[in-house]
Amino acid sequence: MMKDNNVIQVENLSKLFGDFAAVNQISFQVKAGEIFGFLGANGAGKTTAMKMLIGISSPTSGKATVAGFDVYKETESIKKNIGYMSQKFALYDDLTVKENITFFGGIYGLSKKQIDQKRCELVEELGLQEVTKSLVASLPLGWKQKLAFSVSLLHEPKIVFLDEPTGGVDPITRRQFWEMIYKAAHNGTTIFVTTHYMDEAEYCDRVSIMVNGKIEALDTPKKLKEHYKTDTMNDVFLKLARG
Amino acid sequence: MKRFVGFVRKEFYHIFRDKRSLFILFGMPIAQILLFGFAITNEINNVDIGILDQANDVTSKEIINKISASKHFSIVDIIHQESSIESIFKKGKVKAVLQFENNFGNNLIKEKQANVQVLTDATDPNMASTISNYISSILKKYQQELNENISIDYQIMPQSRMVYNAELKSVYMFVPGIMTVILMLVSAMMTSISITREKEQGTMEILLVSPLKPFQVIIGKVFPYIFLSVINAVVIVLLSIFVFNVPVNGSLFLLGIESVLFIITSLALGILISTISATQQTAMMISLMGLMLPTILLSGFIFPISSMPLPLQVISNIIPAKWFIIIVKGIMLKGIGIGFVLKETFILLLMTLVFIGVSVKKYKIRLE
Repeated sequence: MMKDNNVIQVENLSKLFGDFAAVNQISFQVKAGEIFGFLGANGAGKTTAMKMLIGISSPTSGKATVAGFDVYKETESIKKNIGYMSQKFALYDDLTVKENITFFGGIYGLSKKQIDQKRCELVEELGLQEVTKSLVASLPLGWKQKLAFSVSLLHEPKIVFLDEPTGGVDPITRRQFWEMIYKAAHNGTTIFVTTHYMDEAEYCDRVSIMVNGKIEALDTPKKLKEHYKTDTMNDVFLKLARG
Repeated sequence: MKRFVGFVRKEFYHIFRDKRSLFILFGMPIAQILLFGFAITNEINNVDIGILDQANDVTSKEIINKISASKHFSIVDIIHQESSIESIFKKGKVKAVLQFENNFGNNLIKEKQANVQVLTDATDPNMASTISNYISSILKKYQQELNENISIDYQIMPQSRMVYNAELKSVYMFVPGIMTVILMLVSAMMTSISITREKEQGTMEILLVSPLKPFQVIIGKVFPYIFLSVINAVVIVLLSIFVFNVPVNGSLFLLGIESVLFIITSLALGILISTISATQQTAMMISLMGLMLPTILLSGFIFPISSMPLPLQVISNIIPAKWFIIIVKGIMLKGIGIGFVLKETFILLLMTLVFIGVSVKKYKIRLE
């Protein structure tokens, strides 16, 4: 099923709401282990496209497979093979760090032993030893964000979808967060990330830029900058978004 | 199954760590049942009344003695002129005044008719009419005693007996009502709030992206509330049996089954509310305004449905609480079996299915 190591394969995928095409015939591929940046202004259709890929919204037309599974018929299998982290870093504030890990591990069907082992690794890695029994509500935003990312990786998904994962976080924490992303990618996890920050776009292996439901550009940041004859991704984005 | 257990454990963490929901779950039912049981009552006891005895003869004295001997009234003021009646009413010293006309006793014997005026403070109409009824019945009884040896032709003697609640205790009527209100509150409001909270926090999205199916998420969310509601129902029944001496004449088992059915109806309503509200605040407002008020006002809990205007009587049919109150009253007070509440049970069942059906539909539209 998987062609040339592509973990995400999208062909002419569309989503219509009435007459309005929120996503209009987009096509792209994401390779295994790649950090794929999915850029676009607010309302460009990023979130709608992402929702179709993670199996909570069904497409109007077109073809797509995620981790080798069809987005129409095999959403159950897709869900088992992906991780997801939203811009809200959604963890349960009134549960402790440990309870959150146990809960999310549990709903992905990990055994108690696996969860315990994962938890120890994760706590060690993030340096959370002191706060495992504290409520998540008491953690600083940056810690919540890192914890949420680690939790989305608990079940060792093939692909992890990050929906604006760095919103509202300070630059230092953002930098640390991207180090975590690199590490996950290095371990073979494919990263599919949407972002507003154009400096972050530079960290991606390849980026696509969506304008009004269509993908207007897709390449490595370097080639995009050459093609649009600018120095920064920010300018590339502005040129495209303003038409 | 293991996932389900983990999910339910998480729900209990939410519930037990939130003092507000703990209070609504356990403090409120007990407080409400005690309040309604003790404080709110339709019976009258020791009502203060005043007497203006212009006759001051044997007959009027006898009647006054009868009244003061009754536990319903206590005579707190003897007044001497008509002009002071208004002032003691205004001061709020008495709820009623009994005024015997001049020559009361003489008139009764010679003219076979004598007048006594009963003035009641009707700022509280229910109370006023109850007081006036009680006084009339004391007077009637006295009259019967007078007539004992005289035979009157053509006399109708109503022999009333109050069945199922011989002492006319109002707590008999409040227990089924309160039980209904509390189960509705806990089940519908708490579940709708807890589901919308997940939406607000963004965790609902995470759950939907996980391998859990949407119906598993919903069942996981409502299961703890079924459990807690059942505990509440048990506490209420125990309180009413042991504190208020309300009998359970019918089968406890049937009462249990019907309660679980009503809990599920309310949960289904709660799920429906959560599908149409985006925030906890909205869910709470809809539950309070859309469920609590109709449940209290239109279910026949406090105000009899038969004396409502026709449009309200029609509306009352779609209030699940109305049917559950009929069932609970029937089982607890009349001791009837399932055969007599089949219609009501069926209606609740149907409502539950409709609520679930609509929720599923709404939920799917939202996901699209």
